Amino acid sequence: MPSVSVRELSLNFGDVQVLRNLNLDIEEGEFLVLLGPSGCGKSTLLNCIAGLLDVSDGQIFIKERNVTWEEPKDRGIGMVFQSYALYPQMSVEGNLSFGLKNARMPSDEITKRVTRASEILQIEPLLKRKPSQLSGGQRQRVAIGRALVRDVDVFLFDEPLSNLDAQLRSELRVEIKRLHARLKNTMIYVTHDQIEALTLADRIAVMKGGVIQQLAAPQMIYNKPSNLYVAGFIGSPAMNFLPGRLVVNGEEVSFTTKDGASISLQGYEASTSLSQGGEATLGVRPEHIQIHTELIPGVTIPAAVEIDEPMGADSLLWLKLEQQSLSVRIDADLNCQEGTIYHLEFNIPKSSIFRKDTEERI
Amino acid sequence: MVNPSLLPAAPKVVGPRGPKPTKAISPRNIMLYGTLIVVALYYLLPLYVMVVTSLKGMPEIRVGNIFAPPLEITFQPWIKAWAEACTGLNCDGLSRGFWNSVQITVPSVIVSIAIASVNGYALANWRFKGSQIFFTILIFGSFIPYQVMLYPIVILLREIGLYGSLTGLVIVHSIFGMPILTLLFRNYFTSLPEELFKAARVDGAGFWGIYFRIMLPMSLPILVVAVILQVTGIWNDFLFGTVYTKPDIWPMTVQLNNIVNSTQGVKEYNVNMAATILTGLVPLVIYFVSGKLFVRGIAAGAVKG
Ligand SMILES: Nc1ncnc2c1ncn2[C@@H]1O[C@H](COP(=O)(O)OP(=O)(O)OP(=O)(O)O)[C@@H](O)[C@H]1O
Ligand SMILES: [Mg+2]
Repeated sequence: MPSVSVRELSLNFGDVQVLRNLNLDIEEGEFLVLLGPSGCGKSTLLNCIAGLLDVSDGQIFIKERNVTWEEPKDRGIGMVFQSYALYPQMSVEGNLSFGLKNARMPSDEITKRVTRASEILQIEPLLKRKPSQLSGGQRQRVAIGRALVRDVDVFLFDEPLSNLDAQLRSELRVEIKRLHARLKNTMIYVTHDQIEALTLADRIAVMKGGVIQQLAAPQMIYNKPSNLYVAGFIGSPAMNFLPGRLVVNGEEVSFTTKDGASISLQGYEASTSLSQGGEATLGVRPEHIQIHTELIPGVTIPAAVEIDEPMGADSLLWLKLEQQSLSVRIDADLNCQEGTIYHLEFNIPKSSIFRKDTEERI
Repeated sequence: MVNPSLLPAAPKVVGPRGPKPTKAISPRNIMLYGTLIVVALYYLLPLYVMVVTSLKGMPEIRVGNIFAPPLEITFQPWIKAWAEACTGLNCDGLSRGFWNSVQITVPSVIVSIAIASVNGYALANWRFKGSQIFFTILIFGSFIPYQVMLYPIVILLREIGLYGSLTGLVIVHSIFGMPILTLLFRNYFTSLPEELFKAARVDGAGFWGIYFRIMLPMSLPILVVAVILQVTGIWNDFLFGTVYTKPDIWPMTVQLNNIVNSTQGVKEYNVNMAATILTGLVPLVIYFVSGKLFVRGIAAGAVKG
C-alpha cells in the first residue's frame, strides 16, 4: 500500500509549466529523496504534497485518501524548511506546541508530546529559549520537533541541512537517518546534495525540468543511470563520457571511438539490446578505469597525462584521450609525470552506454 | 641580570604605523560642518523667534527686535492661547481644539491601521482570486488628488447623516489613509520569510490565527512607522477638518488658523506664537517618543530565525 501517491500531477505558474504530468508512488515507511538541480521543481512538488500549493491538474493520495483539496493540517503531514521557519516570538516550547494548540489538544497531552519529542531530539535544555538564542543545528532540530509532536504519517523535508556548515550537516544527516530508523515514518526529502541523497535514501527520484528522470535505489542510480543526464548529475567527480559508435559483428559488439580505437563490450549489462548499433556515448566513472603501462590489444586505449590532483585518500588523474579529458581515480602514491602515456582499460560491466539520439541507457 | 645597555638596540620602526592621523580642520571638514551649521540655523531660527516671542509681553514686542531675548518672561500668552483665546463664539482657547483633535486622531489611527494591516496581510500572504486587481485599484486610489473627492464625500456624509460630526471625519481619515498604509503593510509582510507562513499553515493555524499569533507579533517596526505616519498626518490635517466639521468640533489646526487670522483687535503675536507651538507639540512628541521605539523595534524584529 503506497503511503503517498501522486497521480498525473501538473502545476503551472501562469504560463510556466513547473511540474508535468508527474507520477510517483512512495511506499509506507520509505525514505524517498527528491534530487535535482536548482529550479527543477522539487520544492514545488513538496509544497503540492503538503497542500501549500493548489495543483493545476492531477491528484494526491496520502494513505489511500484523496487529499487533493484538503488543507495542509488535515493531510497528516509535517514539514521542515530550509530556513527553519521557527516562530521568532515564541519559545522553543511554544514552537513545538503551536500545532497542538491549534488542534485543541488537552494540555497534559501537549506536555507529554513536547517532552517526548524534545527527548528524542535532545533539546530538553532549550525548551525555554527563543529561536534567536539557538545555533543553526539546534534550530533545525526544533523544526524537526515541530513535525514530530504532531505525530504525522509523512515527514516532508525541504533542504533542511543546506543552511548548516559542513560538519553540522553530516552530524544532522546521521541524526535524521537514525530518526527514520526509529520512527519508521514515510519521509520525503528534497536536496540538491547528492551525498545526502545517496546516504539517506531508500530510493532517489532524480528530477529535471519538472519531470522525474529516474526513480530507483541509490546503488541502481549510481550503477545504471537511465540516461545521460542522471549519469552526469550523480557522482563526484563526474562520470567520463566518450563519444563513438557501436559496431556489431555477429554476436560480438564493440565500441569504436571517433579516432577508430575499438573496445570490446564483452560483459556489458544492457538495459535493452546492444545489437541495434549506431552512434552512442560510453560513460565510465573515474574509479572504473584502470591504467596500464603496456598496451593490451582490443582492451586498452592510450592517453596522455595532463594533471595529477591529489585528494588525500586517492588521486584524480586527468588524461587526454582524443581531444577528450578523462578523469581516473588512482592510488595516491602513484606519482605520475605530465605527458606520460598510459593505456586505459575500462571496466565494461560497470559502464553505461547511451544512445546518441535519445540519450537513454542501452 | 643583563645590563640593558648591552642588549642589541631594537630595530627602529620606520614608516607609518597605527591609526592614520586625521586633520580636524581640512577644507573638506570646513565645507561639511559649515553647510550643516548653516542648514541647522536656517531651520532653528524661526523656532527660536517663536519661543522668544511667545514669552514676551505685547509692549516689549512693539519695540520691534524679534531676535532679542525677553527682558521679562511671561507665561500669560501661553495661558491665553490654551484657555482664553476666542474663535467664533467660543472663548475657551485652543484646549477645545486639542480635545477635538484627540477625539479625531485616536480612533482614526486605530481604525485605519487595524484595517490596513489585515488588508496588507491578506494581499501579501493569501493570493486570493482578484487580489492583484484589488491591489492595483488600491494603488491607483492613492494617486487620486484629494480635491477631486472633496465634494462627493460631502454628499456621501450628508446622505448617511454624518456630515459635520466627528464620526464623519474619522471615517474620512480612515479611508484616505487606507491605500498608503495597505501598501506599507503588504510590502512589510511580503518581506517576511514565506516559509514562516507555510509552517503556520501546516501547523493548522487559520487566517486570523496566523495574523494574530504569527504576523502581528513580528510587526512592531512597521506598526510604529504607521502610527507616526497617521498621527502626524491626521493631527496636521487642515483641509478635511475645515470641510467636514463645524466650529464646535474644529480640530486644533483649524482653530489655530482662526486665532491667528482673526481680524478684530490688535494682533497678539505672543499668543499666536504660543498657540502655534502648542499645536505642533503632539507631532513633535510623537517623533521623539517613537523615534526611540522605532530603532528598538527594528532591532527586536530581527526576523531571521
Ligand atoms: N511563485 C512562483 N511564481 C512563478 N514561478 C515560480 C514560483 N515559485 C517557483 N517558481 C518557478 O518554478 C520553478 C521550480 O521552483 P522550485 O522552487 O520548485 O525549484 P527547486 O527545485 O526547489 O529549486 P531549489 O533547489 O533552488 O530550491 C523555478 O523555475 C521557479 O522559477
Ligand atoms: Mg527549493
